[in-house]
Amino acid sequence: MLNNQQITIQRGLKKQKMEKARINNIEIEFDEGTTILDAAKTLGINIPTLCHHPDLIPTGACGVCVVEVEGLPTLTRACTTPLEKGWNVQTNSARVRSTRKEVVELIISDHDMDCLTCIKNGKCELQELAANLGIRDLTYPKFTDKKPIDTTSVSIVRDPNKCILCGRCVQVCTEIQTVNALTFAERSSETVITTASGEGMGNSPCVNCGQCTVYCPVGALYENSSVEAVWEALNNPDKHVVVQEAPAIRAMLGEEFGMEPGTLVAGKMHAALRRLKFDAVFDTNFTADLTILEEGTEVVERIKAGKDLPVITSCSPGWIKFMETFYPHLRKHVSTAKSPQQMFGTLSKTYYAEQKGIAPEKIVSVSIMPCTAKKFEALRDEMKDSGFQDVDFVLTTRELARMLKEAGIDLKAMPDEPADDPLGEYTGAATIFGATGGVMEAALRSAYFLVTGRELENLDILSVRGLKGRKEAEVDVDGIKLKVAVAHGLGNARKLMDKVSAQLANGKCEYHFIEVMACPGGCVGGGGQPWGSDMAMRARRGQTLYQEDKSLPMRRSHENPSVKAIYEKYLGHPYSEKSHHLLHTHYFKRSRIDGKVVED
Amino acid sequence: MDGEHQCLCAQKSEEELYPELDKIIDEHRGKPEDLIMVLHKAQNLFGYLPRKVQEKVALGLNVSLNEVYGVITFYAFFTTVPKGRHSIRVCLGTACYVRGGQGVIEKIKKDLGIKVGGTTEDRRYSLDVVRCIGACGLAPAMLINDDVYARAKPAKLTEIVEKYE
Repeated sequence: MLNNQQITIQRGLKKQKMEKARINNIEIEFDEGTTILDAAKTLGINIPTLCHHPDLIPTGACGVCVVEVEGLPTLTRACTTPLEKGWNVQTNSARVRSTRKEVVELIISDHDMDCLTCIKNGKCELQELAANLGIRDLTYPKFTDKKPIDTTSVSIVRDPNKCILCGRCVQVCTEIQTVNALTFAERSSETVITTASGEGMGNSPCVNCGQCTVYCPVGALYENSSVEAVWEALNNPDKHVVVQEAPAIRAMLGEEFGMEPGTLVAGKMHAALRRLKFDAVFDTNFTADLTILEEGTEVVERIKAGKDLPVITSCSPGWIKFMETFYPHLRKHVSTAKSPQQMFGTLSKTYYAEQKGIAPEKIVSVSIMPCTAKKFEALRDEMKDSGFQDVDFVLTTRELARMLKEAGIDLKAMPDEPADDPLGEYTGAATIFGATGGVMEAALRSAYFLVTGRELENLDILSVRGLKGRKEAEVDVDGIKLKVAVAHGLGNARKLMDKVSAQLANGKCEYHFIEVMACPGGCVGGGGQPWGSDMAMRARRGQTLYQEDKSLPMRRSHENPSVKAIYEKYLGHPYSEKSHHLLHTHYFKRSRIDGKVVED
Repeated sequence: MDGEHQCLCAQKSEEELYPELDKIIDEHRGKPEDLIMVLHKAQNLFGYLPRKVQEKVALGLNVSLNEVYGVITFYAFFTTVPKGRHSIRVCLGTACYVRGGQGVIEKIKKDLGIKVGGTTEDRRYSLDVVRCIGACGLAPAMLINDDVYARAKPAKLTEIVEKYE
């Protein structure tokens, strides 16, 4: 019976005690502390899981990964149990198989099984599991008690009828993002995942980051869709529909069409959007460059004046709402520059409308974002500087992919096309906005020029790149040592802001400039990204953006000819009065109870 | 309505109790680890934990409202519904269950139009289930305030309950 095959698992370079055990009678040498699940994987044995996710701490909530350890009376959960010396683990015995099926059948009995019309159809982890386990008959009667769907949030919809109580959303919301909008409530068979008093996500401190929608294995959490509204606009001959796409989209849209994670599809994306019949296909990267000029100038001015330092970035709407809710005392430190999405929205109905001679009320401004919080940002009351709602509809990467599929547009087969003028040209500095540290790097490239009048020689500021939660760098700008910090994921932002708040309370903060992105990995890890993502995929998408940056002829925002043109023709100069009116904003204080604006 | 309610515990209106709640919270300000203790004290004060109390506790102890809500709904001791002037507790321990305790519950639920854990709109009664009150020989047993009713028969219940104004 015994297979002589021997497999050794090595975890990094750390020397650990090696032990021997057997899985399905195959001998395995393993590091102490390795879970049964991970050990089995190295033997090519996939133990089915449901609540488990590589980015999260395993909890063993669902019980799908049960295995039999010879000599132990009960089955044990492979995701949370470390393999022990001398054990022989059976992952596929009759007892394991029947128990596993029973667990899945019980989960299904309490799950609203309208798979054909579910938003997760074809991408649902429970569906895949049921298929893999060959579940054909349902032994248990269906639970028919319909609970109301939570549509109180403009960004995220929660359908408790689909929820399988795996707890991934609660873990990401409380532990990774430290927002605490979702919680387990009640107990035993009454257990639900909900918001406080069941008031709904729109009446909670939820910052709309959408990480819960990325980690949900089923169709219980998803974006509040604008697909139908955009179809309607595209089919309305009286409307002039323009579109912008965030930097990160070009590094992840391909995944929805079976391309390798991290395939750059900027040109194909522009072509596909033209075929969807958008009247003009622009690029958020253009306003990302513009943001650098506005925000970079603000940073330089404030450093010169020593006023309200550190300056903190304002591109990430999840971060902005988080800051307004948990750190309202830091509002004056946050750059007043609008996010690239909102700058684009305003300019599409002012500058572009004027240049083209189109009445702004005829323009429908659509954005494609890797983000659910952008939906909330677009609907903020103050985002109407064009005289209209600046951005009309926000689609996530997932929603755009659905529209392309519905229209029969195969992204893979698209030619590479550039974006349209005058809001489409961009530099490498703009494209790296989509990765954590990118805004900082782009800003430093231009800030150096703004201060010294000379160009920064080495454009790759490696110390602010990568997926470390908090990063720091010191940059010498003509004798001034600029201390900068970068945080991504709101838990990391919280730690950094606690430090900043404490330092400010003592008189002086060590940092001059701080970048914060709400989502782990930055926008490439946004709440609107394709389903089934993990941190490894976010890392690859980030790399793609740095590759595009390197390949572009211009890599500094201030070199962008279209940006120069808009200042000459329209705005005057960065941080001008007109810029202030159109491209800058202000912030509010919000309640930690329900996220609503409160009086100071 | 809420403001007029005369709390069983303190004979004060709810509004008048908030300064006392503030005092309790002040003793534990910024201490998330004291959450359950503070909720105990708050429930003793108000008789239940209305949303406004939950919010004040959350902000005062620096925990999320979510966590407060999770704890309150997890422990059977805590209630978010005000209790009535008269507390009806029906035993569903093994003996009482076997001898028809469930029928007692159903009858009272129907008479009063409330669920287990609920309170009538006029706050006259609240209904709860208890697990064994040590009166198994008298099963099915129930308590109204401190009065024990033995061998409760659904047919007699309406009359018994009516006695409590």
